[in-house]
Amino acid sequence: MFLRLVSRNTLRHKLRTALTLLGLLVAILAFGLLSTVVDAWYAGAEGASSTRLITRSSISLVFPLPITYRERLRQIDGVSTVTTSNWFGGVYVTPKNFFPQFAVDGETYFSLYPEFILDDAQYKAFMRDRKGAIVGRKLADRYGWQIGDTVPLRGTIYAGNWEFVVRGIYDGREAKTDTNQFIFHWQYLNETVKRQMPRRADTVGIYILGIDAPDRAAEISELVDAQFRNSLAETLTETEKSFQLGFVAMTEAIVVAIRIVSYLVIFIIMAVMANTMAMSARERLPEYATLKALGFQPWRVGGLVFGESVFMAMVGGALGIALTFPVAEAFGQAMGSLFPIFHVSTGTVLLQIACSVFVGLVAGVVPAVRAGNVRIADGLRAVA
Amino acid sequence: MSTAEPRTPVVEIRGLAKSYQRGGQSVAVLSGLDLDIFPGDFLALMGPSGSGKSTLLNLIAGIDKPDSGTLRVNGVDITRLSQSALAEWRAHHVGFIFQFYNLMPVLTALENVELPLLLADLGRRERRERAELTLSMVGLADRSSHYPSELSGGQQQRVAIARAIVTDPTLLVADEPTGDLDRVSAGEILNLMERLNTELGKTIIMVTHDQRAAEAAHSIVQLEKGAIERGAGAGR
Repeated sequence: MFLRLVSRNTLRHKLRTALTLLGLLVAILAFGLLSTVVDAWYAGAEGASSTRLITRSSISLVFPLPITYRERLRQIDGVSTVTTSNWFGGVYVTPKNFFPQFAVDGETYFSLYPEFILDDAQYKAFMRDRKGAIVGRKLADRYGWQIGDTVPLRGTIYAGNWEFVVRGIYDGREAKTDTNQFIFHWQYLNETVKRQMPRRADTVGIYILGIDAPDRAAEISELVDAQFRNSLAETLTETEKSFQLGFVAMTEAIVVAIRIVSYLVIFIIMAVMANTMAMSARERLPEYATLKALGFQPWRVGGLVFGESVFMAMVGGALGIALTFPVAEAFGQAMGSLFPIFHVSTGTVLLQIACSVFVGLVAGVVPAVRAGNVRIADGLRAVA
Repeated sequence: MSTAEPRTPVVEIRGLAKSYQRGGQSVAVLSGLDLDIFPGDFLALMGPSGSGKSTLLNLIAGIDKPDSGTLRVNGVDITRLSQSALAEWRAHHVGFIFQFYNLMPVLTALENVELPLLLADLGRRERRERAELTLSMVGLADRSSHYPSELSGGQQQRVAIARAIVTDPTLLVADEPTGDLDRVSAGEILNLMERLNTELGKTIIMVTHDQRAAEAAHSIVQLEKGAIERGAGAGR
């Protein structure tokens, strides 16, 4: 009966309830979406492997390292595999078609990225073709590329028009695996650079080191950097996660702003909801006074208001959470390769639930206390 | 109200005083009031506006507290009860009939009658059966699933009466029970109250301005400026 009273009271003013639920839905949806944006910001770091270290120039990422370091890196105790990667930065048709492109050492690169699932035949075809490229599934789907298609890129860092042939499409082993990358042979890049810009030849952007003992990551990093100390190109080695977080740190202000806005949205809906509950409770003071006259204790009367507030917040929250998934999917697609991984995480859903409950509890407190403490004689008088 | 018969009053009021603060001044509403009400009384409290009749009813019903004096109901001085104990006391000993019925608009007639039984130690089935029986006693068995908005004023007041008696309280207190009703409906309600008094022996205390309603009662207490001006016929 008590729950019936709560649920029926909730639906008493249908328009008011519908508008409040709509507000809650939008707030919880916006919160979920913004949280997912923040998650996407950290997706690279989340997808990082503990068995990979990144070695780059200690001055800046834009300064390359000589290819001759490769053999010396292989000799370092604890390093099992060494591969290379260069940021290419080409434009596909128009600059808005942004996606990451890497020139890699095809022979070693994929063994360090077991999360990239690539058909063996496709890998062999890639290795046979110097202009071959491997593209992620999401990227291929986005531009409708098929195996055998030629993809032209206009170089920005490495000037000129470049042509690649899609030889393979990789899938991600996990949802957090980035399948938005374009990978091609470093040899193809290096040969061309040698002809056009000999001074920039035989260099790589970063070295990726495979290690067998993640617990020795710090020690191995120190060994690597010590190896090249006082050389022309000193190195800075860190875990892949630290490397990715370094990129996030550059845009931290944006992340903080997004977080603030997401909590602000919750605060606003809390105020709206509190107003709704206060309005409802004020209108029903004679009923609460009647209940108290009949012998209902103040906590029971307050519980009616409180229950209604939490019930409404939970329904609005549930609708908002349910809508977050399709909206995030559409948002992720609209954002293209800006957010290669855009999934609503369990953590985000739990936060949405927590926010819904919090809004319901906080919005209901004052009206519930007021309803519970109404003076019976005053409340009954209000009916007349 | 005094009586010559050596009966024990169900309500025993001694030196009851109540005042309100208005505009920073204390206004006495009841001053040193003495009154006895006996089991089975049907008492009408009458008097002009501001005479203190509603205040007295609220004090007897335990929804307000006096400044001084004692108010015993079945030997229990309810002025000494805490708010929580008073709420529990009301649930078991007082049935309310209001001028504007005060039914829960989102509950059906049957659910409204069942409402006070939530505070009794009864199972769901027993609550429902008792509510149905009480609703049939006021002649509204066929309206059990109707919401208050689907009932006439007279019918709503009968539902309110059913709600008031469903817990078999010691006292029935009614504040202008016919004040919002047409003549015919008011007559029906008064008949019903008379039946509750005569057939079930309910003690009824009713505040009214309506002379016809007062005539239905078996005794009248006239209040004037917070004191009893005259009382008649109490304690049949």
